[in-house]
Amino acid sequence: MNTSVRRVAVLGGIRIPFARQNGPYARASNQDMMTATLEALIGKFSLQGEILGEVSAGGVLKHSRDFNLTRECVLGTRLDPHTPAYDVQQACGTGLEAAILVANKIALGQIDSGIAGGFDTTSDAPIAVNEDLRQVLLEINRAKSPAARLKALAGLRPQQIVPQIPRNSEPRTGLSMGEHAAIMAKEWGVTREEQDELTVASHRNLAAAYDTGFLDDLVTPFLGLERDQNLRPDSSVEKLAKLRPVFGGENGTMTAGNSTPLSDGASAVLLAGEDWATAHNLPVQAYITDAQTAAVDHVHAREGLLMAPTYAVPKLLERNGLTLSDFDFYEIHEAFASQVLCTLKAWEDPVYCKEKLGLEAPLGSIDRDKLNTHGGSLAAGHPFGATGGRIVAGLAKMLKEKRSGSRGLISICAAGGLGVTAIMEAA
Amino acid sequence: MSDRYQQLVNTPIGKIVSKQIGLPAPVKLERYERGQPVIDGPVLLGAAPGGRLAGAAAQVLAAVEAEVHTALEDDARSAAADAGLDAQVWSAETADEEQRFKALVFDASGIADSTELHHAYAFFHPTIRRVKASGRVIVLGTPPDDASGPRQATAQRALEGFVRSIGKEVRKGATAQLVYVGQQAEDQLESTLRFYLSPKSAYVSGQVVRIGASALSADGIDWEHPQAGRSALVTGASRGIGRAIAQVLARDGAHVIGLDVPALQSELEATIGELGGSTLVLDITDDDAPQRIAEHLLEHHGGVDVVVHNAGVTRDKTLGRMSDEQWDMVIAINLSAQERINEELLARQALRENGRIVCVSSMSGVAGNAGQTNYAASKAGVIGMVHSMAPEIGKSRATINAVAPGFIETQMTAAMPIATREAGRRMNSLAQGGLPVDVAEAIAWYASPASGGLNGTVVRVCGQSLVGA
Ligand SMILES: NC(=O)c1ccc[n+]([C@@H]2O[C@H](COP(=O)([O-])OP(=O)(O)OC[C@H]3O[C@@H](n4cnc5c(N)ncnc54)[C@H](O)[C@@H]3O)[C@@H](O)[C@H]2O)c1
Repeated sequence: MNTSVRRVAVLGGIRIPFARQNGPYARASNQDMMTATLEALIGKFSLQGEILGEVSAGGVLKHSRDFNLTRECVLGTRLDPHTPAYDVQQACGTGLEAAILVANKIALGQIDSGIAGGFDTTSDAPIAVNEDLRQVLLEINRAKSPAARLKALAGLRPQQIVPQIPRNSEPRTGLSMGEHAAIMAKEWGVTREEQDELTVASHRNLAAAYDTGFLDDLVTPFLGLERDQNLRPDSSVEKLAKLRPVFGGENGTMTAGNSTPLSDGASAVLLAGEDWATAHNLPVQAYITDAQTAAVDHVHAREGLLMAPTYAVPKLLERNGLTLSDFDFYEIHEAFASQVLCTLKAWEDPVYCKEKLGLEAPLGSIDRDKLNTHGGSLAAGHPFGATGGRIVAGLAKMLKEKRSGSRGLISICAAGGLGVTAIMEAA
Repeated sequence: MSDRYQQLVNTPIGKIVSKQIGLPAPVKLERYERGQPVIDGPVLLGAAPGGRLAGAAAQVLAAVEAEVHTALEDDARSAAADAGLDAQVWSAETADEEQRFKALVFDASGIADSTELHHAYAFFHPTIRRVKASGRVIVLGTPPDDASGPRQATAQRALEGFVRSIGKEVRKGATAQLVYVGQQAEDQLESTLRFYLSPKSAYVSGQVVRIGASALSADGIDWEHPQAGRSALVTGASRGIGRAIAQVLARDGAHVIGLDVPALQSELEATIGELGGSTLVLDITDDDAPQRIAEHLLEHHGGVDVVVHNAGVTRDKTLGRMSDEQWDMVIAINLSAQERINEELLARQALRENGRIVCVSSMSGVAGNAGQTNYAASKAGVIGMVHSMAPEIGKSRATINAVAPGFIETQMTAAMPIATREAGRRMNSLAQGGLPVDVAEAIAWYASPASGGLNGTVVRVCGQSLVGA
């Protein structure tokens, strides 16, 4: 049995531009987007014909027929078909969790290389028949004679044909994620202005990342789209102030501007052991140092649905002997501006840190100039499964450009009260 | 004693009438019932930066299991965290319209000069209209005498005017208090904060009280029965306020020794018998009364822990018409008897360690009153006695304080001419008379073994009367 742990290198990643729901990717399936993204990654790192350790990817909104989607994608690429694959699903944490899974196998020497990816389409979304119709259809399927089939069909009523469009809501609370975020915003007294300011920063940073060419080798055009469709380089607090609240009632502070839009897209990252990287002549951009997931009890204890990263990060820091200020970059997924702000306030709050996190002192504050420096989900959009890959690939390049030994923290909140976090370090 | 005006204006038709003719509608004040929590509703805790009392306040709020809210500001949040309070976050900017607080508690001790009084404005401006019925506004400050210099002393003194005005602005039975906590007296805050937060202080408003350092600690006290194992002498205990005092002290666990004149022996026995106490029948103006009291207490109870000087009379006449007897009797009962009893108890060391002397003064003693030169002199004298004896009594690890009732519904006030009576009832911030139990609760607060930080102070139980300081 292997007892040593190897360093896990991030060699680089790529994604397609993220599109808004029912935009340019309206007719693209998850498989189309993921396959195109994998192909771009294969091209970028000359992986054609390679047998990789594994490809791990996933999305949140999937058709039941896509039970083995990632494997199907691999079979549609120039990778050697002997490359195994599997699907992962952990809500918005999917992409980062996929990377952690691949990284852990590399660390343990079970594989030498792998791709972690993620995708989601909110346009080509699965539609479920309502429960009554499903029962009727199953009955027809079980019927042995055409007459029996007809009889079962005769039992259909018009209201049974109404489809169930997937809703972005929590099964155990019935509230949408936005409504949950609005509750958190209220609990933490997050103002509209703070949220809009964070949103403007996200757009400004992403626009700069495009303008400086930082994203040139991280984003590959798809279906005629070259930049993230949601990006508004001229976004301003004044413009955002005009939007009406969409969550939290009439006096709510959350708008379509400071919440991420439903979006479509895919991303992929190449991970490997150092030997594999050397053998393939691929420079290491950064290492995945450690990762931690956590969950909150949003059901019984009524904790904030999107606050799980607040639990994960202190554990991560403790295990690595670091403090919150020991990072050059903070990549906090912007599901909602309010959720990022709640997270930051919670880490600064002596009460929360003691009562919830069991810490003697507040975890601390972060330098806001180091937060989502190349844009975040508010500007880029957030195809659920694809966000992790976007962040890992972007952070790896940022660390590489910063300096050897520079450090980045990733924090992603997810439905179901989940949080996925990781530390990366420059090579 | 029923208050007909209050009953009337609280009927639907009465409400309409009283509104139209502009009479204040007195609300029914919430009063303490056994087993009730200290405070029933959310408490907002705030602090001016750099204060020293938010921590102590948070500890008390944690001890009474209050639902606490604070703004995301360092002082209040750290205080809450240290006290183990899972305090909710308050933001005036994003709060619900409907958010209300049962109490606003503000540590103003960090206010170092007059410009910083703005912190008090900033805390109360968005919150003062969110105080619930029978709510509480409590400001904590540093006694001007303990301030670090004239500017801080000035700013801390300014709080008096601020708090008294709040008392006059808040509605629906809410009250406002200023509590000055001396240096090194932070650990003495609990009994006072509990009293002011709770419905026990229903009829106390606009008061300024000063807590000083004390070597006596209340560690391990049973707050439901603070007088457990203690004995309490109550003079004039057969009826009125005295009876309420006996009842409340008995509720708090004391063995009550009720004292009254021979003429009221059977009433006294009935009242005290119900409480499982014992009686002492004598006239406190008798020459040998102090000796007999001391002997009784030493012989039957090994001394005494609480002495409440409640017995008192009025003999009203304008000075020119007042007889010798009227003058002498009031001074003798209301003042000289108390002095003689105190001296005797101290001389015989009958007052035990952590003992309490609580005297009943009167608003008349504070403000003066036409027709009451004798009475007002006696009651002002009580305040003088409390002030002058406090240092010496403090040395023997005991305290002496006074409660000055305003208009309390008793036989004494029922005997007043109707116009005087109505005016007396209405001329205060709460627009009604108090009940004997309101005086009794204030006395019980002073009498608590946890109130060692209160010595030589006077609190009025007057609904913040318009007259007097
Ligand atoms: N009721 C009010 O509004 C009000 C206001 C301010 C102050 N006070 C003070 O509160 C105290 C109690 O007042 P109350 O309204 O209950 O009056 P009260 O007349 O109902 O009761 C006074 C009690 O003191 C006893 N007492 C009188 N002289 C005594 C003596 N020489 N020896 C022993 N006992 C004697 C009486 O027998 C009686 O039981 C008094 O000190 C009074 O001045 C009352």
